[in-house]
Amino acid sequence: MQPIRTIESRTVVIPVTNIDTDQIIPARFLTTTTREGLGKQAFADWRYDANGAVKTDFILNKPEVAGCTVLVAGRNFGCGSSREHAPWALLDYGFRAVISTEIADIFRNNSLKNGLLPIVVDEQTHQWLMNNPGANVKIDLETTTLTLPTGASVSFPIEGFARVCLLNGVDELGFLLQQAPAIERYEAARSF
Amino acid sequence: MPPSAIVIPAPHLPWHPCSFTIVSVVQLMSAKTLFEKVWEQHQVVPESADTPAVLYIDLHLVHEVTSPQAFSVLRAQNLKVRRPERVLATMDHSTPTDPDEVFGRVPIKVESAARQVKEFEKNCREFGVELHGLGSDTRGIVHVIGPELGATQPGKTIVCGDSHTATHGAFGALAFGIGTTEVGHVLATQCLLQRRPKTLAIEVTGKLRPGVTAKDLILAIIGEIGVSGGTGYVIEYRGSAIEALSMEERMTVCNMSIEAGARAGMIAPDETTFAYLKGRRFVPQGPAWDEAVARWRELKTDPGAKFDRVVTIDASKLEPMISYGTHPGMVVPVSGSVPEIANDPVHAKALNYMGLSGGEPLVGKPIQVVFIGSCTNGRLSDLELAAGVLKGRKIASGVRMLVVPGSQQVKREAERLGLDKIFTDAGAQWRESGCSMCIGMNGDTAGRGQYAVSTSNRNFEGRQGAGARTLLASPATAAAAAIAGKITDPRAYLPR
Repeated sequence: MQPIRTIESRTVVIPVTNIDTDQIIPARFLTTTTREGLGKQAFADWRYDANGAVKTDFILNKPEVAGCTVLVAGRNFGCGSSREHAPWALLDYGFRAVISTEIADIFRNNSLKNGLLPIVVDEQTHQWLMNNPGANVKIDLETTTLTLPTGASVSFPIEGFARVCLLNGVDELGFLLQQAPAIERYEAARSF
Repeated sequence: MPPSAIVIPAPHLPWHPCSFTIVSVVQLMSAKTLFEKVWEQHQVVPESADTPAVLYIDLHLVHEVTSPQAFSVLRAQNLKVRRPERVLATMDHSTPTDPDEVFGRVPIKVESAARQVKEFEKNCREFGVELHGLGSDTRGIVHVIGPELGATQPGKTIVCGDSHTATHGAFGALAFGIGTTEVGHVLATQCLLQRRPKTLAIEVTGKLRPGVTAKDLILAIIGEIGVSGGTGYVIEYRGSAIEALSMEERMTVCNMSIEAGARAGMIAPDETTFAYLKGRRFVPQGPAWDEAVARWRELKTDPGAKFDRVVTIDASKLEPMISYGTHPGMVVPVSGSVPEIANDPVHAKALNYMGLSGGEPLVGKPIQVVFIGSCTNGRLSDLELAAGVLKGRKIASGVRMLVVPGSQQVKREAERLGLDKIFTDAGAQWRESGCSMCIGMNGDTAGRGQYAVSTSNRNFEGRQGAGARTLLASPATAAAAAIAGKITDPRAYLPR
């Protein structure tokens, strides 16, 4: 995984609350056995109609969002299924961060493990972002701040260990493997 | 009046059957919730400001859809499965329910699913994991076979690459869904890095009225606290209405914790739990059983233990429920109407997808598909409930009804009771076990624009097939809708 320090991009706004992982990637695409190439299926049923034709009114199909890497969405983003295919699809599509007022637990965990930043902001900041699609924002993971083009800057919460892993481009498995002696001691002490 | 003393396990060896008694002042300080006890017993390394806890996982449930990429990581890093005997592997999500496909008489129709099945067989073989595979008589939905085999036990930590892992919390286990990266972590280390969640008590007082099921209860709870009301929490369902539930009903309740945003939902183990588990394949036998039960009895939340949040619900006020929208919090009593909410784009978007209008009564709405099954409602008692409604009746013409048992064992038991005959005589299809139309990965889907009354857990857009419109309900409500060909109050059809 590449280290992440800052992300600077215009935003794409999908102003829908409770976007579940079945919308982010429908279940019929989960018969894959790899994690690559899922970007073309991100939001498939919102991007394409029943015949596979592009729905031109959906924001991700509009030319002005090309190259945007920050997604702003309504409250409770990523609820539902635990499929890690959701962050894989968003990353492969080109997103690097998702901003909302609330992000579902399992999706947030899955995102952190893959380098997609789940950014939770206050209502006021969120409302500003929803009202200003395409705004150029800067996310600094080192200082855990989101800076708006107005110059306003807000801090966002992010689990500390995950942050260190992301800043250094390392995954958590290495750390867990190093715990082997403690795991062995624990297993030996268990009486059931 | 509070008890003057309680029994807690010795703190240095929390699972040791020896225990001692302490006085009430200390009691309040050390009173713990069910969740806290299970969490603390599984900390290999406690959490600190810098690092999450290293949490030991007792049971890892693995299936074909969310594991292939995890096995690939193990292979790439030359790692082994640390404790293969703590892995329970089966196939359920993308597998067919047509017996000819299941037993290899014809190829699996969905080619990508067939490849996934093959890959899973290879992974299990290569990494030494016992697989309850496609032809096995112990196969089934992972959340049905875990309890059925007695692998699910009180006080265990249980994870699976599936958000409905919360089901196992019905036994007093700490059970939650994880992503595929974490599936790899558990395969390689039998541990996960976890921050301690908050606790939410849902106190269900009173008693469910006749004709009101556990499914109606959990739908009402989600409607009450909302689809993100449980985010960041582990729920403990408690109170007289919960204690009165059977194990299968408790599983239905815990199963849908994630639909309220909570990764885990738990219920304290009691005599009902122990009676269900006794004699099952993986539970301790003989004297070890008595020791286990003694240990399990101490898991329940201590008097005076504090939850971060408490919600109280009166079960005696509830009615059969049904969803009308595109998330599981959009629910009303079956006898009610679609809510009218002005200037709410979420509501408007959902009603547009569902083809419903605010103020429209639900009873009488024609439906085309009925699905009975899933990890929420695919157990024997669910099938018995539906069969009780259908017995001696026919489903309406133009309705397609699938009955999919939660496991091959449920299927055998149902056939022994003649339930399959009741379903097929009524005009329903009787299938092999699997997730089937709950997730629609195997080709079992509802058509575009069709209304499907479903005993499953999610009514998201496209969940049961692109454009399909899901109405979540209990097995009784689903079976009644199949007979009437429209949404109807199930209580008129229930056996007296």
